[in-house]
Order: sequence, then C-alpha cells, then structure tokens
Amino acid sequence: MIEDIGNLFHGFAVVLQPYNVVLMVLGIVLGVIIGVLPGLGGANGIAILLPLTFSMSPTSAIIMLSCIYWGALFGGAITSVLFNIPGEPWSVATTFDGYPMAQQGKAGEALTAAFTSSFFGALFAVIVITLLAPLVASFALEFGPPEIFSVYFLAFCSFVGLSKEPPFKTVASMMIGFALGSVGLDQMTGQLRLTFGFPELLSGFDFLIAVIGLFGIGEILLTMEEGLNFRGNTAKINPKVVLQTWAELPRYWMTSLRSCVIGCWMGISPAGATPASFMSYGIAKRVAKNGNKFGTGVIEGVVAPETAAHAAGTSALLPMLSLGVPGSPTAAVLLGGLLIWGLQPGPLLFVEQKDFVWGLIASMYLGNVVGLIIVLTCVPLFAAILRVPFSIIGPIILVMCAIGAYTVHNNTFDVVMMMVFGVAGYLLKKTDYPLAPLVLAIVLGDKAEEGFRQSLLASQGSLSVFFSNGLVGSIMALGLIALFWPLIQDGWSRLHARPAT
Amino acid sequence: MSESSHSSRRAGPSHRSVEIGVTLSIALLALIGIAGSLQAGIGWAAEGPRAGFFPFYISLIILISSGINLVNAMRDFSGRELFAEWSQLRQVVSVVIPATIYVFAVPVLGMYVSSGLLIAAFMKWLGRYNWLVVLAVAIVVPVIIFIFFERWFLVPLPKGPLEDWLGL
Repeated sequence: MIEDIGNLFHGFAVVLQPYNVVLMVLGIVLGVIIGVLPGLGGANGIAILLPLTFSMSPTSAIIMLSCIYWGALFGGAITSVLFNIPGEPWSVATTFDGYPMAQQGKAGEALTAAFTSSFFGALFAVIVITLLAPLVASFALEFGPPEIFSVYFLAFCSFVGLSKEPPFKTVASMMIGFALGSVGLDQMTGQLRLTFGFPELLSGFDFLIAVIGLFGIGEILLTMEEGLNFRGNTAKINPKVVLQTWAELPRYWMTSLRSCVIGCWMGISPAGATPASFMSYGIAKRVAKNGNKFGTGVIEGVVAPETAAHAAGTSALLPMLSLGVPGSPTAAVLLGGLLIWGLQPGPLLFVEQKDFVWGLIASMYLGNVVGLIIVLTCVPLFAAILRVPFSIIGPIILVMCAIGAYTVHNNTFDVVMMMVFGVAGYLLKKTDYPLAPLVLAIVLGDKAEEGFRQSLLASQGSLSVFFSNGLVGSIMALGLIALFWPLIQDGWSRLHARPAT
Repeated sequence: MSESSHSSRRAGPSHRSVEIGVTLSIALLALIGIAGSLQAGIGWAAEGPRAGFFPFYISLIILISSGINLVNAMRDFSGRELFAEWSQLRQVVSVVIPATIYVFAVPVLGMYVSSGLLIAAFMKWLGRYNWLVVLAVAIVVPVIIFIFFERWFLVPLPKGPLEDWLGL
C-alpha cells in the first residue's frame, strides 16, 4: 500500500515532464474534437491515432492516448447539450435534460454541470483503480490457464446477460469476432487455418481495422441516413456561470455518489459506459423528489448520466491493466497499443513495468484536471467545429479513417477491409447486433483460445478442469449466472408475482 | 443537404427482409468457418486439440444462434416496418459509392490525390459549393495531412504518380 503511494508519486514525476505535459494537452484537445465529430469516437479515434505513437516511448504514448480518451468522454457532452446530438453513445442520456436546459438559455449551466460531474465520476473511478488494481493484479499472478479462461468466460457471459440487445444476437456477434480472430496462423500449432489460400488473410483480421470500419465508417453511414442538420444553441460560458453552478452542485452529492458506484460497477464488468449512463439516469429519475420534471431541463438529469458514463469509461481500464481483459472497446484499443509497444498486458505489468502503470494512473488524475480546464475555457471553439457542414467534415473523417487503417500495417488491402467492415457495421447496427462484443472477441480470441486449449491439454480433454478448484469454479459459476441473468430475473419475478395474483 | 421528404407516402425495404438477409449472411459466414475448420482438422492430435478445434465450435454456435435469430425475425416483424426510406438509403449509397471508389483508388493514385478527389466530389455533389471553395479545401486538407504525417510524425502514406513527378 505504502509502496503503491510511492509509485504513484513517481508516476506524477514522470507525467509532469514537459514533453509529456505537451502530449497530454494535445491528447485532450484531439480527444474533444474526436468526441464532438460524428463518426469519430473514443475507440476508433484512438485506433486512428495509434500509429502516431509507434515511435514514442510506451509511457508517453499511453499518456497521449488515454488523454484522447478523456477528451472524447468530455466532448460527447458538448454536442448533447448544445445540438441535441449525442457525439458518443454514452451521452444519449445527457441530451434528455441537457438540451432542454440549453433551449431555456441555460447552456452554460448544463455544460458546467456536465463537465464537473464527468470530472468527479472519473476521479472516483481513478481512486478505485489506484486502490484496487494492484490488489487484483497480485491476486491474478497466481492464475493458471483454466483461471485465465474463466475470467474471459465471465467477461463474455456478462455481455450476453447484461446487454439490452437480444441475447442470441449478442452471442452471434461475439462469436463472429472469435471466428474472425482465429483466421490466419494458429499460435499453438503454427498451422494456417481459415485462409482458403488467400495470401491477404495470412496475418488474420486486425481488430484495429475492424474498430475503424465498424465504428467510424458505420457511424458516418448512419449519420447520412438520419440526414442531420446541425442547428445548435450558442454556448455562453463565463466564470460567473461556472461559479454559480459549482455552488449549486454539492446539493446533488447523493445522485453523484450513486452514479459513481453504478458507473464503476458497469465499467469493470464489461457492460460499458452507455448502459451505465442510462441506468444512472433512470434511477436518479425514480429516486428524485421532482422525478416527473426529468426531461424538461433539470440539472440533476445532466449530473447523473455524465458522472456514470465517465466513471464507467475510466474504470473500464481497471480489468484491462490488472487482468488483460478490457472493459470496453476503447480499453481494447489501448490494450492493442500495449501489445504493439511490446508490453504484455495483465498482472505482470504491475511487477515489470512499474513506470508505465503508475505513469498511466498518474496521468488519469492530471489528465482529467487538465481536461476540465480545457473544456470549460474552450467550449465555443469546439462547438464551432460542428457548424462546419457535413459535406466538408464527412469526407475528411473518411480520409482520416482510411489513413488510420492504412498506417496500422502500411497495407492498402486493410483500407478495403475497413470499407467492408463499415458497411457490415451499418447493417449490424441497424438490425440490433451489438458491436462491442465483436471487437472484444477479435482482440481476446487468441488468448481465450490459448487458455481453453492449454487447460484441455492438461486435463486430457475433460471440461471438468474448469471446475477443478474453488477459484476457477466460482468464476465459472459467476459467468453462468451472468449468462442466464435475464432468465433468472424472469423466474424470480414470476415466483414473486404468483402469490399476488 | 437534408432531403428528408415530408410526404405521407413512406416507402422502402421492410425491416423484416433486411433482418433475414443479415441473419442468412451470418449463417453463410458460419458455414464457411465450419468448412475451413474441417480443412484444418477439428480432432485431437499428439499436441492436443488441432487448429480447427476452436473455430469449428465457434462457427457451430454462430450457426445455431443464427437459426434462432431467423425464427425470432420471422416472428417479431410483420413485414410492414420499414428498414429505412428510399430517400434515406439514397443518402447512404451516395457515401458508400464514392468511398468504395476511393479505397480502390488509394493504391493507384496515392493517399493524397485520392483524398483530395474524394473531398472535392463530396463538396460538389452533396454540398454544391462553387469550384473555388471546393478546390481550396480539396488541396489544403491533403497538404496539411502531408505535413502532419510525413514531416512531423514521420509516418509515410501511399504515394502515386503525382508525388513521383513532384519528387516527394
């Protein structure tokens, strides 16, 4: 514990080097722009900018990329409040009360509330990470292949059980990810598989290409279909408004705290920021005395989803750092980055790469402070980006996606694949197939398979190895509960409903 | 830019048929996966499960869930719900076509020239800007990208005949 605090302060020293501070500010600004633009979000934005970091040291690279992520989380709120367009899926719930507030001329209050509560959500999650991550990591150091597989099993089962999409669509989408991930060289036998003689498929499908296509191109196509016309409110934010709102905010500490807990819980289990923001909004509405006024421009309706979304987005990095299991697509892209920089994500990171881990955690604290200052002072500038017509910004986003896809492997075939993924992403999204499990499955497929096959090898093919000791058995059981959660909930409520009727 | 018609007549492909199409395509993907896994071998060998073992069961699960999704799609949608209106799909296609031409043009013309052409096409087609504005944006953006990527971050992008001729 004491040692961790020492490490954290060392991390602060690393982050405060002038070069890293510049990268941090650059990252936040790029992140907010990404968050504001339709079609660019945390996951694909970072995927596109990842190649820029190949020549940097891993610590500087992760500082810049994680700051892009914080920036994107902040940026989503700007478009929700001013334009009623959620820049990110997790800011949809923010539009419910944020936009009405802006229409009543209270855009400044709404934005200040959104940014400040995002900040507190993130801060809460970072403290959770600081305290929990080293513990989880030291615990996970003992894991063998069956335990490692069971953690993946739990992660993927919670996707099926907790997502609001139809369960078999979630399963299908996830398994497509695993199937795509298994194309190419089999890591255990060195044999080629599923390539059907195409040399382009030898190295398999890279998930970064999938992320850029599914989220980037797919989102642009959705935007075109909806035919957005950006007619927004003007942002007037001045120190007086900020201070007034800050004076008002402590009243909602309970909403805020509850949203923090919901956010962290949803972020660590890979349900993600989007359901967290909706859930937190829903609960705040049910609990609040003025619940029926929600939706007409109540400041609490901005605080709840923003806090939860930011807490979830930040805490999604906890399982990524300590177990090597990302809690969100964006965390998955960061994990991909670690692999490219030659680091092995997982518990060993805390032992072998102290500088890197604590530099990242320290940059979470500082990045969010810097982010809050930047967004509070520069809102009108960022809002102006959205006033650029889509017929100009649209092709530029397309070009950025293509450059991002190309630079991953310097391969023009990847650009074509990106387009294929883009059209597929549009169709899948329109037919309610969730995309996040697909992406996570491509990333984790190799490792999950390795864990599975190594366990089976040790047990001579018997599945009982996954219940062979208390630890692996209980993680698998938790996974099964998560998988069948909707059925369990259904059965429970039916059991209780019967005596009443 | 927005072409959203306010006419009461709404027409377009039904959600049901698109849903069924997507499900069948996924099932086809599963069949390809199964075929490929069988080629690689799905049984056990001396070194444990063979290369096709894992993808075989994965593809099997995709096939089974596609079956269930297909039944659900037939049951849940009457065929009257629209997937999207034709005018909306026209908007989508108006992006897909130039973008597809663009991704195939990149290896031939290079990233910079094809990007400039893409931006110009969009602005002229969808935005109806006059040529002066179109040319300005379509030239300035690739130049900025060039400076940012090739000069600052030293990341080379594909080049074509124009860059050869300019000697870059």
